[in-house]
Amino acid sequence: MTLNKSKELLLEMKNIHIDGFSDERWHKILKGVDLTLHRGEILGLIGESGAGKSTMGKAAMGYTQPGCKIIKGEINFNGIDLAKLNEFEKRKIWGTKISYVAQSAAASFNPAHRLMEQTISAANRLKINPTDVLKKDAVQLYESLQLPDAENIGDRYPHQVSGGQLQRIMTAMAMSPRPELIIFDEPTTALDVTTQVEVLSAMRSIVDKFNTAAIYITHDLAVVAQMADRIKVLRYGEEVEEAETRDMLSNPKEEYTKSLWSVRSLIKPEETNEDYMLSIKNIDAAYGSSKVLHNVSIDIPKGKTVAIVGESGSGKSTTARVITGLLPQLKGEIIFDGKKLSPKLEQRSKEELRRIQIIFQMPDTAMNPRQTVDEIIGRPIEFYQGIKGKEREAKVIELLKMIELDETFLDRLPSELSGGQKQRICIARALAANPDLIICDEVTSALDQIVQEGILKLLQKLQKELGVTYIFITHDIATVKAISDEIVVMYQGEVVEQGLKSKILNPPYPDYTELLLSSVPEMDPDWLTNLLNKRSS
Amino acid sequence: MLRLSLGLVTVFAFSVIIFSTFSFLPGDFATEILGQSATKSAVKALRAELGLDKPPVTRYFDWLGNVFQGDFGSSFSGRSKVQGDQGDRSREVVGLIVPRLKNTLFLTGVAAMLAIPLSLILGISAALYRNSYYDRSATGVSLVTVSSPEFFTAYIFILLLATLFPVFPTISNVDEASTLAERFYRTALPVFTLTLITMGHMMRMTRSAIINILSSEYIEMAKLSGASRYEVIVKHALPNAWAPISQVIAINLAYMLIGSVVVEYVFNYQGIGRLMVGSVYNRDLPVVQACALIFASTYVILNLIADLIGIISNPRLLYPK
Repeated sequence: MTLNKSKELLLEMKNIHIDGFSDERWHKILKGVDLTLHRGEILGLIGESGAGKSTMGKAAMGYTQPGCKIIKGEINFNGIDLAKLNEFEKRKIWGTKISYVAQSAAASFNPAHRLMEQTISAANRLKINPTDVLKKDAVQLYESLQLPDAENIGDRYPHQVSGGQLQRIMTAMAMSPRPELIIFDEPTTALDVTTQVEVLSAMRSIVDKFNTAAIYITHDLAVVAQMADRIKVLRYGEEVEEAETRDMLSNPKEEYTKSLWSVRSLIKPEETNEDYMLSIKNIDAAYGSSKVLHNVSIDIPKGKTVAIVGESGSGKSTTARVITGLLPQLKGEIIFDGKKLSPKLEQRSKEELRRIQIIFQMPDTAMNPRQTVDEIIGRPIEFYQGIKGKEREAKVIELLKMIELDETFLDRLPSELSGGQKQRICIARALAANPDLIICDEVTSALDQIVQEGILKLLQKLQKELGVTYIFITHDIATVKAISDEIVVMYQGEVVEQGLKSKILNPPYPDYTELLLSSVPEMDPDWLTNLLNKRSS
Repeated sequence: MLRLSLGLVTVFAFSVIIFSTFSFLPGDFATEILGQSATKSAVKALRAELGLDKPPVTRYFDWLGNVFQGDFGSSFSGRSKVQGDQGDRSREVVGLIVPRLKNTLFLTGVAAMLAIPLSLILGISAALYRNSYYDRSATGVSLVTVSSPEFFTAYIFILLLATLFPVFPTISNVDEASTLAERFYRTALPVFTLTLITMGHMMRMTRSAIINILSSEYIEMAKLSGASRYEVIVKHALPNAWAPISQVIAINLAYMLIGSVVVEYVFNYQGIGRLMVGSVYNRDLPVVQACALIFASTYVILNLIADLIGIISNPRLLYPK
């Protein structure tokens, strides 16, 4: 980051009000937010989901999603009020003067066209440079973004390259017409930490190189700290505070801003237990002909929490599927509470099924949208424990209390709950079976920081009260620090190491653990710079 | 390749079903021809002559073997009704079917050439101006045409364009000597009918396939990179919509062919559909079987083509990782 940014104003948004239409009525999404951006400056926009940060980012282009409209406000870009332009006039600015980098690169590239064609399409529309000049320029952009085989990667289709590469190609696409402003809308949220580092550094260096102004939208404060000169915090469509990055990190003024990284302050003292709830021994498993687990052995101590960490494709969710019997293993055995479990789900007894429960990542898809909370929680009580009628009802309410909700929730449908409440209901459903082991598969990764903290605290409380054992599958190291006793690191279907939290998180590390841990962004604006220096040396 | 062989298996399965269904139909040709009063021995003799006395399995394999050699057997009808005449007037099924098949293909071909581009244009434009009055009226009207049975549509056309405003003939009789212009003129009403009954479905599915794609993220991305409305639809949405659209077209072409059975009957058009209806009436098994087999194979072939288009239009299938 260069410090001498010009003070020439590029974008000034004043008093932006945007309404969105959903559930048959209009809601206020943005309630009068201001934003200023100078040439070459990077502004970070952060907040939880629903804070309106994405809407604000798109509004900077004068664009609103279908079903949303700008009620009032000015969007002065280079002296033109974008809010007043018609579609045709806006199209001349979109993609050429202001370009956009979306969250999910895989979904944002057209699957039917080659990457090069898409990279230069906006610049092509300008008709300033001939196609072959643009192609050459694109190859250079690919090179400076450190894409492998920059010469030919453009000839591929989107499905033929990895997510991290796609995200960098999208940055090249945004940069190709040399815009004055780029909107980055959560560009690394869908990536693994190790990939995130590469993409972040590539994006930062290219924005620096062309001195392009940018708005960087994310929910991760540590990420935005690496990118932005200034940070603006949004909540419920209003501004909470804005400050220079360093000031904000060292001295946040508002309580809310502090709470954004509160989950990172949650710490659990580690304990272990020689008595194992579950041991899996030398497991091999495969989907069809592709083998995904190689000789995996893990021990889970009774009443404790074991976190399985690794990036996507490391086999952590597959391990969970093997334990639950959803995917029978090819080789090896599972010992549960001293007894061997049969690999196949159908061959396990009801009692065995009851004792192992699972909570999924997406509470939205894990619950039947047509069932009420009462039915969702009541069914496992009836099924496993044979309790019916009044007694069942009392049990459901007891469980609701346990997850810090109450009987007013009984008749609600999942669609009438917030994300955090939904996940609580899923926890209650797992508890309803009175299990000994709960597998939590990325249970907090779809939730906001504050809600995450609440769920993690709840899980810890339940463990203390009920003595239940957890297997906690996650890719988020902060969560691991917060909740685990022991950690298992997995990479490409193999266990890299297993041990107490203090042992795994402190040196000496095996190479992969080191890479994984060092890739986790820290609340230090110099973290990325230091890391890159260290890695290159 | 797998699809191709699956297609062959399907046709084969169809041939079994067709053959067995018609074998179990009540009544047989011998009684039909000789009348109720025929002596048992006469019936028996005719059955033996036609090969109807052999067990069904033998008959099936005889038939199938011949079909592979392009011989669909001889028609039962057209035989002399006089006993002892060795059937020199009986006609080869192939000779019977080919000219009529040509007629039917002409009819459905013209209807398809009209219906496919029209429904694509209507579907795409309805998607483009979604929820406008144009869109609503187009989808509304198409719902009516889809839900009306083809004979009803046919009669409406006769009423409007032949009786009230006598523009086109009600009877579409063509023969070898008819010129192309005459053919177009005479088949106008059946072509309109077939076009209308299939267009609604194709148009609605095209519309929904495009709309489905318009809500995807890469379309928003295309808009945000400054693509015009036209560019968004034609360059970004359509290439991804070919697979579902070609499936619907295949189904509708097949439906058109089957719909021609009714339509040809209404307009007295010498096509394969009418031939089939007549042959069923006469218990003329070889002809019915041949027609049914042709219908079934067309269906399979059309679906194969649609699958092929789906593969070609999708780089994910064309270029694996």
